[in-house]
Amino acid sequence: MNVALFITCFNDTLFPNTGKAVVEILERVGQQVVFPEEQTCCGQMHFNTGYQQAAMPLIRRFVDIFTPYDAIVSPSASCVGMVREMYRYAAEVQQDTQLAERVAQLADRVYEFSEFLVHKLAITDVGAYYPHRVTYHPTCHSLRGIRVGDAPERLLRAVRGIDYVPLVGAAECCGFGGTFAVKNADTSMAMLSDKIRHILDTRAEVCVAADNSCLMHIGGALHRQRSGVQIAHLAEILVAQEG
Amino acid sequence: MKPDSVIIELSPRFEVGAKKALQNTQLRRNMGKATQTIRAKRSAVVDEKSDWQALREAGWQIKADVMAQLDTYLVQLEAAVTAAGGVVHWARDAREANHIVTELIRQTGTNEIIKVKSLTTDEIRLNEHLEEAGIQAIETDLAELIIQLANEKSSHILVPAIHKNRSEIRALFQKAMNLPDLTDEPKALAAAARQYLREKFMSVKVATSGANFAIAETGSVCVVESEGNGRMCLTMPDVLITVMGIEKILPKWQDLGVFMQLLPRSSTGERMNPYTSIWTGVTPGDGPQQFHLVLLDNGRTSVLADAVGRQTLHCIRCSACINICPVYERTGGHAYGSVYPGPIGAILTPQLVGTAHASSLPYASSLCGACYDVCPVKINIPEVLVHLRGQVVAEKQKTLAGALDVEAWGMQGLATVFANRRAYEAAQSAGRLAQWPFVNDGYIDQGPGPLAAWTAMRDLGAIPQQSFRSWWRERQKHEQ
Repeated sequence: MNVALFITCFNDTLFPNTGKAVVEILERVGQQVVFPEEQTCCGQMHFNTGYQQAAMPLIRRFVDIFTPYDAIVSPSASCVGMVREMYRYAAEVQQDTQLAERVAQLADRVYEFSEFLVHKLAITDVGAYYPHRVTYHPTCHSLRGIRVGDAPERLLRAVRGIDYVPLVGAAECCGFGGTFAVKNADTSMAMLSDKIRHILDTRAEVCVAADNSCLMHIGGALHRQRSGVQIAHLAEILVAQEG
Repeated sequence: MKPDSVIIELSPRFEVGAKKALQNTQLRRNMGKATQTIRAKRSAVVDEKSDWQALREAGWQIKADVMAQLDTYLVQLEAAVTAAGGVVHWARDAREANHIVTELIRQTGTNEIIKVKSLTTDEIRLNEHLEEAGIQAIETDLAELIIQLANEKSSHILVPAIHKNRSEIRALFQKAMNLPDLTDEPKALAAAARQYLREKFMSVKVATSGANFAIAETGSVCVVESEGNGRMCLTMPDVLITVMGIEKILPKWQDLGVFMQLLPRSSTGERMNPYTSIWTGVTPGDGPQQFHLVLLDNGRTSVLADAVGRQTLHCIRCSACINICPVYERTGGHAYGSVYPGPIGAILTPQLVGTAHASSLPYASSLCGACYDVCPVKINIPEVLVHLRGQVVAEKQKTLAGALDVEAWGMQGLATVFANRRAYEAAQSAGRLAQWPFVNDGYIDQGPGPLAAWTAMRDLGAIPQQSFRSWWRERQKHEQ
């Protein structure tokens, strides 16, 4: 299979290690990964903040760049959600039937990293070894947006040496919400305080998720509080091996 | 065109109201406890229904049909109510509705009415209007009574006093009802309210209500409630005046079967609510001998005209979205500055009053999607929120302030950068350089400009030295 990595502008710039981990794991399980270098941003921030006209060229651009590939895999559930759910809506609102058709053909081939492994390739054990106490926060877009189900947890539970502790109130939003975190900073922090409390209660060393954007928010507070708890994208746990 | 007399009260911007509410630790405790309790109750009775998703779909279908043929169903309802001895009135907006209700009450010669809990009458601020006309409206729902006695505004559509705990309610009743020995036992508080209200039920001759549903084919109107106060108001007085939003119609009697399964479970977390009253016009010698139905538009037809926003009118006011909302749980209802708080309020209020008058509400959400999951009629609230954000931005950009707006410039600038790979890569490098004065040990703890709102409460990881794409390029070179 011809797997294109949709790294997302956010991970490309701020979390390059996540991208490296995704490439290494996909290759470890026998996939050929390509990286279409023309890719930039899917337009999610613009679209969800209300700058929908500004997002349209980015949406069309994405469709042009990724249409040639069999599978498009991304380590960001929210950007996958943007492409799978909101592109359809954007084309509808623009009354652009040609774009709508192209989006419909593309959307089913766009996968979040964990669902690609578990649902598409039927792999849960990627040969990882990670002897640490870990908890997992299911981000809203992975849980309710694109419905990856328990794919991330199944991958984590298959990691050798891991001490996996479920998170209380896991399904509740951490308060990130893109520009919400800045526009409604006080409410965002009130939501985050409760999420942080639950994370600390697990006494985990690392909090894992399928979206680095939410993790940046959670990690920002964990670091400000000098809590000693780290954040890591799921791929960065799965890439770790013995020796 | 939006009616100019929509008078839902709007407070300052959501984030301002929210900031104030978040400082109230008692409120945080009360809200957290109440919403978590009701969520657990709801999920227990919803999860036991194996056909829940089919019911939701049926609810959506019926409502979508109502919206598509609202004009036909409204005329059908009017004919059926009239044939059954009721009188139908049409109100374009709050002002007309208030005028109609006031005149109807004046004709009876009374200066006191009892009320069934009704959001629609709250929306048009009927009580205040009646007070100006010298008519006292007495709320008979326990929580509405608490709010009325406290001279406060509702903070939840179903449990308007959700922000108050029982010791606060005891203090209120002790004073208002002159009961110095009252305890804070729920039973004692309910008994005090019961005593207070019973006198009113026995003596007042005019009642007002809202409506949960009205059946177009039969002209029947339905009110669903828990306390029995509604039943008293709907049967004891001589005159009943019902104010109903035009979207509350169901085409057929049998449609109630779907909604009576959806509403109580989503709302109070009960399999069935204690009291369901359904009446058709006037029955000689039984119940009110005069029945008036006021059909209210008040912005609804402009919501109907918007293909994406239209689904908002499917709402059956169950409050499941409010109870599940992590934003509402923290801020409470008052921050929304409207009779309709929470996720449904964040999409309904701006559409009723125009996004220009409630431009912060579509942003009062992290788009977490929990509201959409629990909505019994499948309103895609996140989608409507994003749609309304688009309207807010489009309207803002037509103004001078909008043209000079820093956020708009930043967004447009970024979009231009993202539209070109080379510009994007140059911006990555520029960002890495520009951040150095602010980076401390790999983190930014005091960011400049718009970053300050982030770093006021959170650290921000610095941009690493090498982007993913530059790593990829190096790797490709190596392999060749």
